[in-house]
Amino acid sequence: MSALDSDIAHLLAGSMVLVSFMLLYQDRMFALLNVFALQAYVLAFSVAWQAYLQRAPHLYITALIALLFKGIIIPVALRRIIVRLGIHRTIEQALSIGPTMLFGIALVGLSIIVMLPVTQSQGAFVREDLAFALSVVLLGFLMMVTRRNAVSQVIGFMSLENGLVLAATGARGMPLVVEISVGFSVLIAFIVIGIFLFRIRERFDTVDLQALDMSRGEAT
Amino acid sequence: MRPGWLTQLLQAALVLALAPLLSGVTRRIRARLLRRRGSPLLQPYRDLLKLIRKEAVVADNASWLFRVAPYLILGATWAAAALVPTFATGLPFSAAADIIVIVALLGTARFLLALAGLDVGTSFGGIGASREMLFASLAEPAMLMAVFTLSVFAGSTELSSISAYMQTAGVGINISLALALVALIIVSIAENGRIPVDNPATHLELTMVHEAMVLEYSGRHLAVIELAAAVKLLLYLSLIACVFTPWGTAIAGAGVLHYAIGLAAYVLKLALLALLLTLFETAIAKMRVFRVPEFLGIALMLGLLGTILLFVSRVPR
Repeated sequence: MSALDSDIAHLLAGSMVLVSFMLLYQDRMFALLNVFALQAYVLAFSVAWQAYLQRAPHLYITALIALLFKGIIIPVALRRIIVRLGIHRTIEQALSIGPTMLFGIALVGLSIIVMLPVTQSQGAFVREDLAFALSVVLLGFLMMVTRRNAVSQVIGFMSLENGLVLAATGARGMPLVVEISVGFSVLIAFIVIGIFLFRIRERFDTVDLQALDMSRGEAT
Repeated sequence: MRPGWLTQLLQAALVLALAPLLSGVTRRIRARLLRRRGSPLLQPYRDLLKLIRKEAVVADNASWLFRVAPYLILGATWAAAALVPTFATGLPFSAAADIIVIVALLGTARFLLALAGLDVGTSFGGIGASREMLFASLAEPAMLMAVFTLSVFAGSTELSSISAYMQTAGVGINISLALALVALIIVSIAENGRIPVDNPATHLELTMVHEAMVLEYSGRHLAVIELAAAVKLLLYLSLIACVFTPWGTAIAGAGVLHYAIGLAAYVLKLALLALLLTLFETAIAKMRVFRVPEFLGIALMLGLLGTILLFVSRVPR
């Protein structure tokens, strides 16, 4: 692996983290969907580059799955859901953008601190990749925590899964069947969540998840 | 005289001479993009000459600070601009005056400008000064974070060494460098009052920042302030050019031919950056004043992220 090759892989993985921050920052529904699709494209590029570097043809299939499902099908479906729910306005956030960003930075720092000692024996490349993947996962969690709107929580969940795929491609020898099943399970999760969204809306007339707290009697 | 000092003197003269031309070029490109004919490229020089010949009107209650500030601002900005390697590295002041000194000099200039804006006591000066300080409180840390990223990456805070290091093979593409570049671009747009943050071409009360502070100036004082603003724009563009596109810059001790190539490359790079800047400016709308801190917050975040990511990057040594 030449220096340039690994630099490009590093750049792509780093871009994933950056796009996760863009997701955190974005507070309009359609723009959020576009950024999510962008993350899927970056992920597909990154995985395809790994396939080329590791001479692992099955990773091309993973890249294709990422491109098709997360880059095209899920954003289009989510867009239709948003239009049908009539929620293409601004998202209300539990935290404002500044603190969210600071939390995000802290999480990236945390994932690097955690990953560096654990993967000391591995090559520099695996180390970077895993640190970035963990950051993407944590940022997805952060997004699910800071948003109240159910649809943006779904996007947070999907971006978390992008991080998992990134981690899986960095570690050599991940069998294809695992990746395919992860891809399909996400799709099924998406369908289930989609149905739930409409059920929640029917019952509470909103997709703001605070309404659920209220019905459980936990609201302050 | 040693060649290093000659380069330094030449460079100091060059930045001062080129700065109005650069602002003429940006205005011209912008006018052409808006399908206007635009003023000639040398118009900024003529404006400066006209202003110098005019009488300087000073408010009755202006203190000595008001009269002195323009020259101090120009002095600090010019000194900072002369420290950025433009066409050749290996400037003799490089060891004493690194990139952090440049940031400090620019901070001094900004402080003086805000004081001058407050001095006469008009409300516009006050608004301008307070907004400038609001932006500066985020722009300066963002700039420093980007600088730290570069310094950690190159193992030095001297611009000459950073630029020379960037020219070596094996630097390659790095995510931290990309983040630092974006952070620097955002900071330079904000610091020079270019369009999404401030519009240098209007005097609209609600939005102006830089113009509000210099509203009371006239004659030679105004000429000096305008020149300082032009030098500042040149400084930021040179900084980006010298760190991120170091190709062609003459290494210290190279032959005369290399210096000529370096000079030509520098002018070319500036023209290209000016074109990109104006393209960006015409494509985007001005943002609300209270959104600017968010915009600068992104720069700060990117700088921070760049520094953190350096810890897992392959840094060639």
